[in-house]
Amino acid sequence: MSVDSATVRRIAHLARIAVADDEVEHLRGEINSILAFVEQLSEVDVAGVEPMTSVTPMVMKKRADEVTDGGDADAVLRNAPAREGNFFLVPKVVE
Amino acid sequence: MSELTSLTIAAARAGLRAKKFSAAELAEAHLVAMERARALNAYVLETPERAHAMAKASDARIAKGEAHALEGIPLAIKDMFCTANVRTTAGSHILDNFIPTYDSTVSSQLWRDGAVLLGKTNNDEFAMGSSNETSFMGPVTSPWRRKGSNTPLVPGGSSGGSAAAVAAHLALGATGTDTGGSIRQPAAFTGTVGIKPTYGRCSRWGIVAFASSLDQAGPFTRSVRDAAILLRSMAGHDPKDTTSVDLEVPDYEAAVGASVKGLKIGIPKEYRVDGMPAEIEKLWEQGRAWLEKAGAQMVEVSLPHTKYALPAYYIVAPAEASSNLARYDGVRYGLREPARDIGGLYEATRAKGFGKEVRRRIMIGTYVLSAGYYDAYYLRAQKVRTLIKQDFEDAFASGIDAMLTPATPSAAFGIGEKTGADPIEMYLNDVFTVTVNMAGLPGISVPAGLDGQGLPLGLQLIGRPFDEATLFSLGQVIEDAAGRFTPERWWA
Repeated sequence: MSVDSATVRRIAHLARIAVADDEVEHLRGEINSILAFVEQLSEVDVAGVEPMTSVTPMVMKKRADEVTDGGDADAVLRNAPAREGNFFLVPKVVE
Repeated sequence: MSELTSLTIAAARAGLRAKKFSAAELAEAHLVAMERARALNAYVLETPERAHAMAKASDARIAKGEAHALEGIPLAIKDMFCTANVRTTAGSHILDNFIPTYDSTVSSQLWRDGAVLLGKTNNDEFAMGSSNETSFMGPVTSPWRRKGSNTPLVPGGSSGGSAAAVAAHLALGATGTDTGGSIRQPAAFTGTVGIKPTYGRCSRWGIVAFASSLDQAGPFTRSVRDAAILLRSMAGHDPKDTTSVDLEVPDYEAAVGASVKGLKIGIPKEYRVDGMPAEIEKLWEQGRAWLEKAGAQMVEVSLPHTKYALPAYYIVAPAEASSNLARYDGVRYGLREPARDIGGLYEATRAKGFGKEVRRRIMIGTYVLSAGYYDAYYLRAQKVRTLIKQDFEDAFASGIDAMLTPATPSAAFGIGEKTGADPIEMYLNDVFTVTVNMAGLPGISVPAGLDGQGLPLGLQLIGRPFDEATLFSLGQVIEDAAGRFTPERWWA
């Protein structure tokens, strides 16, 4: 499988990464070279094989559903590029 | 003072306890060495004030007879580990002003045990690379050079700064992370010991996430014993990481020097790849001979799906990365590139904040997870991964205790030599290491010799899940036979 430039733009949009017009062709080449490389997986017989969902077989530990942390808005907001009071600031989303 | 930087962790521990020197002197010797070695770009941040304060506290505890396991041992921390109030960048522009308010579990355990922070080490951006050349902070230059040449070489990656710092005696040990070979490949390139423990052995909490089902933390050191000492402090269950395993951490150091007599060592025939340099083949043979002489038994084994590990990895890792890196949106932390609306803000921030390799991997990951392609790529890759793991399980079930392979297909290459048009050329560096991440197994790279140009080469030992101890026993046999390797100092 290989991608065309429209697909490159679509992927970039899905990934929320702005791509300039003059980058599309180059990216298309690189992505296609990686897709060609992974193409060899199609020769593996995977019929009846379960996909790996857990690297180490283990039962996930559970804990009581209670608050164990929080209440420190200052620490949460310390690295915010823009804030107002205890809120993150973004451009207007709803008109 | 300079000899203080040449000590192993074990020797420094003994010297500190016998009060032959202080933790303050040990830290200072390293800070001086770091300043002189800035040309290597191994550190992206030096933390002398913190080092002095931590060393002073260590000296006080030593004086009171309350020394912990790593008391006063100066370490470097890869910039993928969050360190409280110390800038943590992951080698990316998007985080280059990020100051965490907390420590990763692994680093906090090192401080709990008395270690001293020297600084943060360089790495490929978000640990995506095999040469440290994708770092926003610039490449690391290896302390190693080819005989009679000034060509700057890569230290490997992604943990290139940690590997270079340990090899150049700018730290007694360092932390790394390994997603496809990011500890073992740079360890092999720099003549250091590096271990990626079993998936789940170390907590991933507070480590900048790349590919969550593959990432593991581990140490870099100059001896096998030192790796055992550091891993014991780094490992352990953490309720904050549900994939960390609730198993007691053994005293790994007790396994160093233990007999390997009667152990069955698998030699996977699929690792004898086409075009393997004669020197690598010879090194592998040498390793087999060393282990045999120590009483281990070599058995040829087959891991039939080996060749599919790297292509499967380049689906699974980017897919997980594209999800993990969705958090960098310019809103809560990190870089923000202003725009008129929120969508524009995301797109502009991520275009400017991520480097080329990271953008490429996010896009690959986004594509293989997108509607209509998920089954063909991602689901198939996860099935192949099951088969890769099954290969190892079959070999272990037949009585194999560990496997011996080369760590890398070549010695270190020059900076800029493999950054051409085809990304696959760089990816092939991890061909021997990536299978281990796919199967979640422990793997250690131990220096085993120098090539014809005087560059270090490493051998890899792969173990059963949670049997790092056997790797330390076998690794020590290789170290005893091969010796240790130190680069000649050409920097100031």
